[in-house]
Amino acid sequence: MGTVILLTLTGLGLAALYFLVASGLSLVFGLADVLNFAHGLFLGVGAYATWWAAGNLPGAGPDGFGFVLAVAFGVAAGTLVAVLVELVLIRPLYSRTIEQVLVTVGLSLAGVALLQATWGADARPFPRPEWTRGVTGILGAQVPNGGLLLIIAAVLVLGALLAFLQWTRYGLVIRAGVENREMVTALGIDVRKAFTLVFAIGGAAAALAGALGGVYFGTVSPGQGSSLLIFAFIVVVIGGMGSVLGSAYAAVAVGLLQQFVNYYGTSGLGDICVVGLLAAVLLLRPQGIAGRVATA
Amino acid sequence: MTEVKSPEVPAPPAAVPAELTPQPGRWHRVRPYLPLVALLVAAILPYSTLQLPGIFEGPLNSPGTLQLLAICLIFGGLAAGYDLLFGRTGMLSFGHALYFAAGVYGTDILVTRAGLPLWQAALLTITGGAILAALLGAVALRTVGIAFAMVTLAFAQVGAILVARDFGGLTGGEEGLPLDVSGLPDALVGVTNTVNLYWLALAYLAVVVFVVHRVSGSPTGRVLAGLRDDERRIGVLGLDPYRYKLVAFTLAGGLAAAGGVVYCLIVGGASPHITSSELTLSLLVMVVLGGPGTRWGPVLGGILYMYLDHRLTAFGTSDAVDSLPAVLSRPLSQPLFVLGTIFILAVYFFPGGLAGLTSRLTLLRRSLRLPTPRSPR
Repeated sequence: MGTVILLTLTGLGLAALYFLVASGLSLVFGLADVLNFAHGLFLGVGAYATWWAAGNLPGAGPDGFGFVLAVAFGVAAGTLVAVLVELVLIRPLYSRTIEQVLVTVGLSLAGVALLQATWGADARPFPRPEWTRGVTGILGAQVPNGGLLLIIAAVLVLGALLAFLQWTRYGLVIRAGVENREMVTALGIDVRKAFTLVFAIGGAAAALAGALGGVYFGTVSPGQGSSLLIFAFIVVVIGGMGSVLGSAYAAVAVGLLQQFVNYYGTSGLGDICVVGLLAAVLLLRPQGIAGRVATA
Repeated sequence: MTEVKSPEVPAPPAAVPAELTPQPGRWHRVRPYLPLVALLVAAILPYSTLQLPGIFEGPLNSPGTLQLLAICLIFGGLAAGYDLLFGRTGMLSFGHALYFAAGVYGTDILVTRAGLPLWQAALLTITGGAILAALLGAVALRTVGIAFAMVTLAFAQVGAILVARDFGGLTGGEEGLPLDVSGLPDALVGVTNTVNLYWLALAYLAVVVFVVHRVSGSPTGRVLAGLRDDERRIGVLGLDPYRYKLVAFTLAGGLAAAGGVVYCLIVGGASPHITSSELTLSLLVMVVLGGPGTRWGPVLGGILYMYLDHRLTAFGTSDAVDSLPAVLSRPLSQPLFVLGTIFILAVYFFPGGLAGLTSRLTLLRRSLRLPTPRSPR
């Protein structure tokens, strides 16, 4: 029983990480039709900025309030990079989907290489508060606190995103834009402002994932983002493009499946099962759990 | 919901306007033979002992230079094969590295673990690679556009996981699998025989260019170009887009697997980094840098990319870069940073790639020259 609960909770921790990355990807893709390969870069920027702030920013540190400040700095850095990328690189290529993908591909290659050039290719120990190293006993299972932190953060982000989409004017514009962008434009609303906003939200969520993922794994390395990104893509496709709630369901399904199969089967089998799930979803329900059919 | 399937890849104009047709110059008659001349020059290159300081480290016929050239040629061929998907059919696949890796690991495992002779291993591997491409393509092609890209990416990721986790002890995991050379023909083994591997790579490139050229000139190739430009129209004409795309996907997969066989011989083994999605992304970079949908663009792009990738590493550690301040020298020592930046610039400023550069320069030259003959008539 303890094992099942432990696996469930660590699976949910992984799902939380996937959700934080995938929610931004899904919104960006749903609204702006940009498949953002640079999303892993935002995650890397968030992780490294947090790591840097904990050591160098006055007032920030690896513990207590200093850590909160460090994470806030990391999230701000990720958001800033995301907004800059949208304004400088994506916006001039508006509605030219393939070119946008190509630019984000180039950006992910160059950006990760830049991180590597600045801080080295090797993983660095991540500064984290003492209590995240410990475990909490829940129903007989010893669950690592880092994973619980991720779950709490993801639930908060999910709630905040849903509230934002449901009750604010910009949330309304984004929801309408995902549904039918041409109509929103025809009503005289500048959708491109919403693009920037969605990039900022996605960048912030990814940077948060980078910072908390660093706490969870204990290390930070330049390639971390790109390996998470592939699973985030799978989550986006399974969940349905442009649906935050769909991403959440899909992230939970993928995280749990991966964790359980990796434990009870061979290590690595879970990752393959996830791709199998993707193939099954595509064959049976191409629009994903919730969302529209992914077309070019 | 009006999803307009716009042709994202800029299509070549159906007919070149009269004023743009270049005047038959003195190269006009020689032009069709230029590829043959280039092939001949490339074939006799190993006999030259020319020193090109700064471009290559040793003389042209030194094994190190020949190996670098051979790898460049392989990637030229790979990029040309990938262009069959991306540039000529308009399919954005992010999983092409999988079939290349299948070629490399297939050969390696069949020769080293199963002890098959090389020709049998090569034949089995190429057939297997094509079948793998057909099977996975049959599933992936049920989606279109960006979803297709993601699905192929996911399939390639499975390949990477399979190789890295080393199921059944076949692939050697993170360390890779060195090729057991005892069963290979003598002519392909050893440093002194690098020249034979170079010729093999050259032959591979020639075969790929020939196949892609013939396919794109055939009626099937016309349909593929039609799919790239407007898939609905092909459907309206009564042709099944799915089948044609599957043919292109399978053919490209087989060509990539064949490239993997030669690459395995040149490098003398397999290492897990060739299964990474980064390799597919660099294939995409090669094609876009060279010029998608052109005959020589992807080849040039592939050769140049691999050359730069190897040489920039040496350039990054050279004294000229080390003497720069750290802000500059560190990014410059990362080949991928330089290549990624060039790539982004190319997407913005040279959408046609290297192959489009000549026509752009011609236009520029014309516009500079035009005002002069206007004066007295």
